[in-house]
Amino acid sequence: MGELLIGLYVFVLATLAGREVISKVPPTLHTPLMSGANAISGIAIIGALVVTGAADSTWVRVLGIAGIVMATINVVGGFMVTDRMLQMFRKR
Amino acid sequence: METSLIAQLAYLVSAILFVSGIKQLSSPATARSGNARASVAMLLAIVVTLLDNEILDWTTVAAAVIAGAVVGGVLARKIEMTAMPQLVAVFNGFGGGASAAVAAAEFVRLGGSGTGVELGAGVTIVLSTLIGAVTFSGSLIAFGKLQGIVTGKPVTFPLQKSFNALLFLAVLVIGAGLADVGIGDAVASIFGSSVVEVGVPFFLALVAGALILGVLLVIPIGGADMPVVVSLLNSYSGLAAAATGFVLGNMMLIIAGSLVGAAGLILTQLMCKAMNRSLGNVAFGAFGTDGPTTKAKTGERPVRDVDAEQAAMVLAYAGSVAVVPGYGLAVAQAQHELKKVCDLLEERGVRVRFGVHPVAGRMPGHMNVLLAEADVSYDKLLDLDDINAEFDTTDVVLIVGANDVVNPAARDPDSVIAGMPILDVDKARTVIVMKRSLSPGFAGIDNDLFYMDNTLMFFGDAAQQMSELVKEVREA
Repeated sequence: MGELLIGLYVFVLATLAGREVISKVPPTLHTPLMSGANAISGIAIIGALVVTGAADSTWVRVLGIAGIVMATINVVGGFMVTDRMLQMFRKR
Repeated sequence: METSLIAQLAYLVSAILFVSGIKQLSSPATARSGNARASVAMLLAIVVTLLDNEILDWTTVAAAVIAGAVVGGVLARKIEMTAMPQLVAVFNGFGGGASAAVAAAEFVRLGGSGTGVELGAGVTIVLSTLIGAVTFSGSLIAFGKLQGIVTGKPVTFPLQKSFNALLFLAVLVIGAGLADVGIGDAVASIFGSSVVEVGVPFFLALVAGALILGVLLVIPIGGADMPVVVSLLNSYSGLAAAATGFVLGNMMLIIAGSLVGAAGLILTQLMCKAMNRSLGNVAFGAFGTDGPTTKAKTGERPVRDVDAEQAAMVLAYAGSVAVVPGYGLAVAQAQHELKKVCDLLEERGVRVRFGVHPVAGRMPGHMNVLLAEADVSYDKLLDLDDINAEFDTTDVVLIVGANDVVNPAARDPDSVIAGMPILDVDKARTVIVMKRSLSPGFAGIDNDLFYMDNTLMFFGDAAQQMSELVKEVREA
C-alpha cells in the first residue's frame, strides 16, 4: 500500500473518531472546544520544523520560519486562551 | 526526512493524548485537564520532531518559536472575552497560513532538488497550499468583520457567484497544471531549466488566486452569520494541516488535522441548524447584517412598558426566573450587573437559570463563556432543549438583548424565520424584555412577543438599566 493510500486510511478513520468524540461536547463548551481544536490545528508547526530544519535554500528557510512563527502563535495562544476560559467554568 | 520508528511511536502516543484530551472536553468538570492533555500531546510531538530531524540552524528555529510563543501568549492573556471570536479567527488564519507556508517550502525544495516528484506529491502540495491560503485570507476578513474594521454588512457585487466559481475553476486548473507538469524532471527536460523557474509563476498565481478566493468567500457573509463562518474556517485550518501531512508523509499532521477538521464541521452543522439555514444559504445568501436592514412596522400596536422598580418587583416576588441573554448583553458589557441581580434574587429564594440559544454571541458557545466569566455557575447554563422544557413552569423570563431567538414568528410557516429553533419564552407566566427600542433584530422582522399581554417592555440601555435593577431588587 502506497504512502498516500495509508494516509487516506488514517485521515478517514481519524475524522470518524473525531466526529464521535466531539459530537458529545455540550453547547456550553463549544467555544473552548473550538479554540482548543484551533490550537491543535497548529500541529502544522511540526511540518514547519521539518522543512526549516532541512532547509538548504534561502526561500525554503524563509517560508519555513514564517510557518514556525504562525503555527507557534496558533499553538501557544490557542492552548493558553482555552485554559483561561476553562478555568472560569466553575460550579458553585 | 524519514521519520524514525521511535518518533512514529511517539506520534502515536501524541495522537492518543489528542483524542482523549478532546474527549475530556465533553464535561466542564474535566475540560481543563483535557486541554492540558492536548497541549502535552502537542509538546511531545514538537520535541520528538526536533530530536528526530537534523536541525541545521537551531538559533533561527529557536528564535522563531520564541517569537511565536511570545506573541501568542500575550494575545491569549490580554484578550477580552467578548473579543474571543476575533482571536479564534486570527489563530485560525495563522494555522492555515502555516500549512500553506510549509507546502510552499516543500514546493521550492522538491523543485530545486531537480530529482523530480511523483504526481501524488504535486497534488498534495497544491491542495495544501490552496486550503491553507483560503483559510488564511478568509480568516483575516472574518477577523476584520468581527472587529468592525471591515463592514459587517454583506459585501456583494454583480455576478459575484459566477465570478467566484470562475476564480475557483481557474485556481483548480492552475493547481492541476502545477501538480501535473509544474513539478518533476519531465518539465526540466522539456524546458531545459530548473523546475522552480518554470513552476514559480504558476505557483504564485495559485497562491494569489487562493488568497483572493478566501476574501471573496467571506465578504458576502453578514455579521450575524459569523458563528457559521468561524466554525467553517476552523474546519479548513484542520484540513489544511492534514493536507500538509500528506505532503510530508507525516501521520501526526494527518491525525491532528482531521480531528480539527471534524470538530469544525460538526460545529458548522450545529450552527446552521440553530439558524435554520443550509450552509449554501449562509455562504451565498448574503443574509444577516450587523443590524436591521428593513424597517419593520413597529410602534403601531400598544405595548406595556415598565420601569426598573416595577421590573424589580415582578422579579423579586417570582418563584422561578429564567434569564435569556443575547448578544446585546455582551455589547453592553452588562453580564456582571446581571449576575448581581441574579445573586440578589437567589438570596431571596428565587430559582434562577439561564437559557442560552446556540447562536447567542458571535461564535458557538460564546455567551456561555461570557456568563462563566461573570461567575455564573455552569450548571445553571441550560441549552435550548433543556430550558424549553421548563418555560411552562417558569414565573418570569428576563430577556436581555435577544430578539430573533425568542420570536414566536418562527412557528409561523409563512415567516422568513419559519422553523428556526427558538426559546419558547412566551410560555412563561410573565416575560420582561430589556431592550433599547422596539426595533427588529438581524432578521429584520417585527417581534410579536413584544405586544403580548404577558410581556412587559423594559426600555433602555442594558448596562444602565441593569444597574438600576440591581438597586431596585436590593430594595424590594
